[in-house]
Amino acid sequence: MKKFLVLMLSLLLAMMSLAACGGGSGGGGGDTVKIGVFEPASGDNGAGGKQETLGIYYANEVQPTVEIGGKEYKVELVPADNESDNAKAVTAAQSLVSQNVSIILGSYGSGVSIAAADVFADAGMPAIGVTCTNPQVTADCEQYFRICFLDPFQGTVLANYALENGMKKAYCLSKLGDDYSVGLVNYFKEAFTKGGGTVVEEQFPDKNSDFTSYVANAKKEGCDVFFSPVSTEAAALIIDQAEAQALGMPILAGDTWDSNVITGAAKGKKVDVVVTTFYQEGGNAEFDTGIKEWIESDSTAMTNNGGNSDVAAVTAMGYDAYFVALEAMKAAGSTAPADILAALPSLQVTNLVCGDVSFNEVGDANKTEAFVKKCNTETGSWEFLKKQSAE
Amino acid sequence: MDKTLNSKTKTLLSIACIAAFLVFVYIGDNTIPPGSSWKMMITVIEKGSIFALVAASMNLLNGFTGLFSLGQAGFMLIGAYTYAIFTIPGKSHDAVYQYFDGGLIKWSIVEILEGKLGVLGHYIGMFIPMIGAGLIVALIAFLIGIPVLRLKSDYLAIATLGFAEILRAFFQWNTLGPITNGSNVLRKYTTYGNAIFPVIIAGICIAIIMLLINSTYGRAFRAIRDDEIAAEAMGVNLFKHKEMSFVISSFFAGISGALLAMFQTTINATPFNTVMTYEILLIVVIGGIGSITGSIIGAFLFTAASEWWLRGLDAGRWLGISSSLMRPGFRKVVFAVLIMLIVLFYAQGIMGSREFSWDRFIAWWKNLPSNLKSWPERHKAKATARKEARATKAAAKAKAKAAKEEGEAKKASGEKLFTPLPTSNEVMVFGKEGK
Amino acid sequence: MGFLHTWLPYILAGIAVGGQYALIAIGYTMVYGILRLINFAHGDVFMWSGLIMVYLITVLPLWVSVILVILFAIILGTTIEKVAYRPLRTAPRMSIMISAIGVSYLLQNFALYITGGLTKTYPTIAWLQKTVTIGTATTKMVTVITPILTIVLVALLVLLIQKTKIGMAMRAVSRDFETSSLMGIDINRVITVTFVIGCGLAAIGSVLYFSNYTGIQPMSGAMPGLKAFVAAVFGGIGSVPGAVVGAFVIGVAENLIKGAGWTTFSDAFTFVLLIVILMVKPTGLFGEKNIDKV
Repeated sequence: MKKFLVLMLSLLLAMMSLAACGGGSGGGGGDTVKIGVFEPASGDNGAGGKQETLGIYYANEVQPTVEIGGKEYKVELVPADNESDNAKAVTAAQSLVSQNVSIILGSYGSGVSIAAADVFADAGMPAIGVTCTNPQVTADCEQYFRICFLDPFQGTVLANYALENGMKKAYCLSKLGDDYSVGLVNYFKEAFTKGGGTVVEEQFPDKNSDFTSYVANAKKEGCDVFFSPVSTEAAALIIDQAEAQALGMPILAGDTWDSNVITGAAKGKKVDVVVTTFYQEGGNAEFDTGIKEWIESDSTAMTNNGGNSDVAAVTAMGYDAYFVALEAMKAAGSTAPADILAALPSLQVTNLVCGDVSFNEVGDANKTEAFVKKCNTETGSWEFLKKQSAE
Repeated sequence: MDKTLNSKTKTLLSIACIAAFLVFVYIGDNTIPPGSSWKMMITVIEKGSIFALVAASMNLLNGFTGLFSLGQAGFMLIGAYTYAIFTIPGKSHDAVYQYFDGGLIKWSIVEILEGKLGVLGHYIGMFIPMIGAGLIVALIAFLIGIPVLRLKSDYLAIATLGFAEILRAFFQWNTLGPITNGSNVLRKYTTYGNAIFPVIIAGICIAIIMLLINSTYGRAFRAIRDDEIAAEAMGVNLFKHKEMSFVISSFFAGISGALLAMFQTTINATPFNTVMTYEILLIVVIGGIGSITGSIIGAFLFTAASEWWLRGLDAGRWLGISSSLMRPGFRKVVFAVLIMLIVLFYAQGIMGSREFSWDRFIAWWKNLPSNLKSWPERHKAKATARKEARATKAAAKAKAKAAKEEGEAKKASGEKLFTPLPTSNEVMVFGKEGK
Repeated sequence: MGFLHTWLPYILAGIAVGGQYALIAIGYTMVYGILRLINFAHGDVFMWSGLIMVYLITVLPLWVSVILVILFAIILGTTIEKVAYRPLRTAPRMSIMISAIGVSYLLQNFALYITGGLTKTYPTIAWLQKTVTIGTATTKMVTVITPILTIVLVALLVLLIQKTKIGMAMRAVSRDFETSSLMGIDINRVITVTFVIGCGLAAIGSVLYFSNYTGIQPMSGAMPGLKAFVAAVFGGIGSVPGAVVGAFVIGVAENLIKGAGWTTFSDAFTFVLLIVILMVKPTGLFGEKNIDKV
């Protein structure tokens, strides 16, 4: 019996690893340049990380080669799963660095980026943050650049939006141990109280899936707006409870919620969801149709995107990040990380999907506006409301 | 087993091996360029030695004292935080504690001592919070131990697991933010410069654990593990020794937490969850419950496999094999299956309950060729033995079946199967005799 | 009246989640009663039943899927017992617990691989997710159904344990493993039945739980599992009514704590309760005096 089991299990293992043996095209001939993709494929931010990765891979599909210093290079993407876990992020980052990549893109989620920053700094490896909005990512790390706006900006934008719409009392929900939501709530609170609003703040523990009481608390406190810039996993559950308990106030959130997970969850429900984000679908028709076709043609991409071909803002940002990386290599005229690092601060990239990118002295992109979108619960899609600035 | 070397040579050999390893790590860390895939090996050695220490500390508790505790991640958490909080340089406080006005503690032990003693102060400044981390953890373990250690095996496991979870929530509590930074990461604290640092610290700590195990206390621990009642009868104070083992184990878990903080360069409470404890436990099991050298080997194998060797399984190409099955998460499935195989069929782990010894190693090495040569024969012998066993079993079964059929047939034909005992009508009731 | 007005939503939510914990806790308490094993993998069986439902519903009608999910959970649970626990039955207690932790690790990682780390949305069962209003509280239908269904199922289970032959065998085995096997009770059969009941109830619990909290990810089973175990300890491990009472207490208390603004400690509270009960009354509310087999 025992032996039989050992045999079965090892056979199973062998079969699994050998199943589609062969077909490994490998690097192939010619010159290749490697770009590291440092994104979560599992854990709390798995869904978002996958959508961002999709954008990067689509960009690679669109532009598989790059000309550096008069020579044509094939671009190879090297992924590493940071598991949305600060402890695993360090070794994942190290494994990318040790695979001789030229530049690194990522990550979705600020905590893992902060954790990995020192690894990149030690190795002198340039990294481009795609949607990590916490200011600490670039603040003390000369190797980290980013192409998105920051939480202090986004928090202010959200607070301004709430105040402009006559909301006086906000219920803020963040997740324990999550840099992103805690940080954004903090900046929102700052701006919102400055503008005369009051705030009720609560946090939910890791792995919590019961949001009944949080929704009930918001109702009990008589708040005007439910601000919960948390991961999409929790978001779907919050929307569900909001509907079940007839929350009766708009739900406000940041860039993470601009995802088809949210529209899918809110579809057909009596909820009011408003988000700020980087990208408005329809802003660039060529990109929209191209990526939709690509996602629809590839079943794995479709699953990773959550089962349909709606474009998330993070996907568009991933797409942009790839081109920023290519431009940086071109400007550097070299594939050596040190040269790319030197070329990044003065880089100016135009013709991107989410607006032009140039970096300030800290390494953050100069962005002054965010898009405000509202979920249309009948069609399950986003509706553009307005552009909002921090002033 | 015949003695092959005298003890002096063996000691020399061990020292030479350790020294060679240290030199290798030191040179490796300084010379391997960051882009080389061998750099990963250094990272694995760093992380592996940290986990070797925590696994050894867990083994002291689980393997040598027989206390099934699952609080190790919680203790590492306290250690990591204690170290980090006291070594964040003053000028970085505003950036780190950005939501808490620069935090409550505005100084760093390292900085203070460095200012007074220079480079020496830098290292002393790192040691003091590290030892302090161990001591604070030990103190907390002492307090937790008073109620918890009175519980029996599995209750103890679940209670320590519960404590670890409570600690995690506590460290993320916003009200404690000025000290622990709440939900946000602690970073910018002093870390080590060379991979040799964690290896040496972990090595010293493990050596102390080994000395302890071979002392009278160690024997008392083992007596408790083997039979509590007998140990108590022999004059071992059960509670005192359990508490001692628990506190010492936690002390080293705290140190390894501090080392982990340095390794990661940023720390927050979320990853110190039950999964981390389970992984430490699995390291102990792979190495062999009751073997410190086993824990060390287990830690390095576990870290190397999960962080380095098997990573290709996630990326779609591994050892030149590509497969559509290899997508993110596959690494962990393969890993979990391997662990399950070890737990079920190789329960004693790599080392069993023995420690590494040169005698056994040399004997093993000498016998290896003949062992390999005789393997087919032994295998054949085993197969025939199995076949025979199966045949006897089948024969016995057939016999039993025949007997049963015979009985059934007899029963059907009305024959009596056995003669009933003669029954008596007179019942003697002792209580009512003298009526 | 004012009190009830404010707290009714929390109490209702607590009772609902308590009922769901109860259905999981029964599996823990029965297995522990018989094997003296904390079945760490039980929470993951619960998670897997939810996950299978997500996949089944795409091809099968609802009622068929529910039945298949229950069957699946039963098969998974008994297989785990046969493969991972039975060979180690004579081994030290620690080995079998490590095996349970290993199975849990495997189930979680396999789920991670299958789902690709994405949260799966539980299918909508319209009837269960209908919004209803009770007094001042608005909630889902499942909140009302759960406690009723739980109590009915538990009553049936208690009848089974008290009145049937297999129930008697279970009680005998939990009292004394060796002696009952000497008395001719087929231990393996009793253990299998225990796992069948435990996992079947966990599967029903998963339908209710995930209809209420509709996201499933590989770690979804861990926290409810631990809480259900604490509930079983609280009620007195080995006692079915005890586990149910414990589960309701934990569910309600947890939600009241959240309502009182102590959200950070809502999970930690469960473990505080565990430690307090272990200190004060290790046998739990309804636990029998422990017969220690040395």
